[in-house]
Amino acid sequence: MTSVTALPPASGRAPDSGRAWRTGRRIRVRVRLGTVVPLLIVVLLLVAAIAPGLLTTRSPNGIDIEHTLLAPSLSHPFGTDDAGRDLYTRVIYGARESLGIGLGATGLAMSIAILLGFAAGLAGGVVDAVIGRILEVSFAFPVLLLALLLIAIRGPSLTTEIVAVGIGSAPGYARMVRGQVLNVRQAPYIEAASALGHRRLAVIRRHLFPNAMRPLVAMITLGVGQSIVWASSLSFLGLGVAPPSPEWGALLDSGRMYITTSWWLEVMPGLVIVVVALSVTSLGRTLQHRLEGAAR
Amino acid sequence: MKTPRRIVVKVAGAVLVLIAAASVTFFAQLLVPGSRATVILNEQNGRAQQWTPAQLAPVNKEFGFSKPIIVQYLDYVGGLFRGNLGTSFTQYKPVTQVIGAELAPSLVLTVAALITAWVLTLVVTLLTVRRGRFITALGSGWEALTASLPAYWLGVVLLVVFAVEIRIFPVIGGTSPMGTVLPVLTLAIPLAGFLGQVTRDEFEKVLDQPFITTARTRGMSDTAVRLKHALRHSILPAITLSGWALGALVSGAVIVENVFGRPGIGQVLVNAVNTRDVPTVSGIVLVIAAVYVVANLLVDIAYSIVDPRLRAS
Repeated sequence: MTSVTALPPASGRAPDSGRAWRTGRRIRVRVRLGTVVPLLIVVLLLVAAIAPGLLTTRSPNGIDIEHTLLAPSLSHPFGTDDAGRDLYTRVIYGARESLGIGLGATGLAMSIAILLGFAAGLAGGVVDAVIGRILEVSFAFPVLLLALLLIAIRGPSLTTEIVAVGIGSAPGYARMVRGQVLNVRQAPYIEAASALGHRRLAVIRRHLFPNAMRPLVAMITLGVGQSIVWASSLSFLGLGVAPPSPEWGALLDSGRMYITTSWWLEVMPGLVIVVVALSVTSLGRTLQHRLEGAAR
Repeated sequence: MKTPRRIVVKVAGAVLVLIAAASVTFFAQLLVPGSRATVILNEQNGRAQQWTPAQLAPVNKEFGFSKPIIVQYLDYVGGLFRGNLGTSFTQYKPVTQVIGAELAPSLVLTVAALITAWVLTLVVTLLTVRRGRFITALGSGWEALTASLPAYWLGVVLLVVFAVEIRIFPVIGGTSPMGTVLPVLTLAIPLAGFLGQVTRDEFEKVLDQPFITTARTRGMSDTAVRLKHALRHSILPAITLSGWALGALVSGAVIVENVFGRPGIGQVLVNAVNTRDVPTVSGIVLVIAAVYVVANLLVDIAYSIVDPRLRAS
């Protein structure tokens, strides 16, 4: 790697806890608990988002005034809320919106970042300097605050929430994309392709773009986890998706009134957010290590 | 470049960044749906409707919206240098007065959290880096877990455990010392996880350096090697991040103050966002941006004075 590092600092990973064994003749399958568990959770998340009916038999809006604010039990694993709705079911049904916000915000952020990052990295000179200044200024605004400013201007809504988190996190990615482009640009194979007489556009499309984009796959994964957390923070503050929705942040917001009596309303949806964010992040890191390994 | 000149260039750069940030918040205010006067009248009357030009005129006049945009812009940026952040849409008084008294509790919270995070980082690093497989894994696992905890959830869990179930701390503690403990921990623990990850990587690298082996062969004890040699080198990257961390802490404080019902700019900010009081939101965002920029500037300057390698280049 050259001095331009485009990737965030790697976390202190636990020593290799993997087990290796032989199956069949020569195929070695390495099963790592640290990869399998997060993968399983992400699969469950996708199932919940696509077909929530598979994971629960109840309805997310099934009001039951005889069983309000019940503590977690076998029949209600996450307890029930102030209207007697099963919290587990609501969390499952909320997955679609939370994941949607996370994907939408990351998609928007990455689109802006790729546009700015490639423009700066390829054009260089004045364009790079101008984009560099813009990014420097936007770093003065923490993500959450930029998002709050946008919400104050446009008023809280689902769209504003996605746009706010997307725009808020774009500058960070843009800097990484730029670094990545500069990094790949100096690679010998780019020089070779140019020397062979390929046109500039063809070199960019066939060599530079795919190679610069590869590490970004991991970054997108990390971004989705991060976006879900930011978006739920906004809803938690009552500035995102409003409470009747089972979106995870909205669930936390509506449970706040009962914090002294019914802890599960806050703790359980929060736990799900933490577990999902941790899983997505750890998958992103695994991907990052794999891709870095492949690049060498 | 000589150090004094370097510092002047850096300060000038920071001022430019802040002016640009102020420009962003000013022009962002023009993006409100309808017009700013419409937002003010709607908020005042609790409606969402169109207003006739005759109804909008007095508001436009009062807030100076009828002046040309460029004049308003220059007034705004000029006002910043005199410590004027504009006028609140809902409270009809200067934003500086709205923020004023709320700044101190937030600052206390952030600084206390930064110090606590550092103490936690140092303790965990000194006790768990290269201490056998199990303890090392425990330390890095703790860091990975805490670094990704969202502030609101950690706050809620601490509140439930230490204020509701075990009644050590008050549920709503205001700015009292006892009421400050949980908010500080909520902010400090995730930050300590993050700083710890960075410090751990560096600490491990430093322990492999030849001068560490030299120190050991001189008969220096393991504890002394860690404290006197390894620590000094390994905290440098985390110190660089402290400027960034202060900015992150101030924005984290917004959430934490809301969880604990603690007075501060976070509460003012969320109320202002709710009531579409854009000048107050912009004002607070700018103050936090300024804290962030100044903190990074100080870290930068401290570095160029302390680190001889930077001075030479």
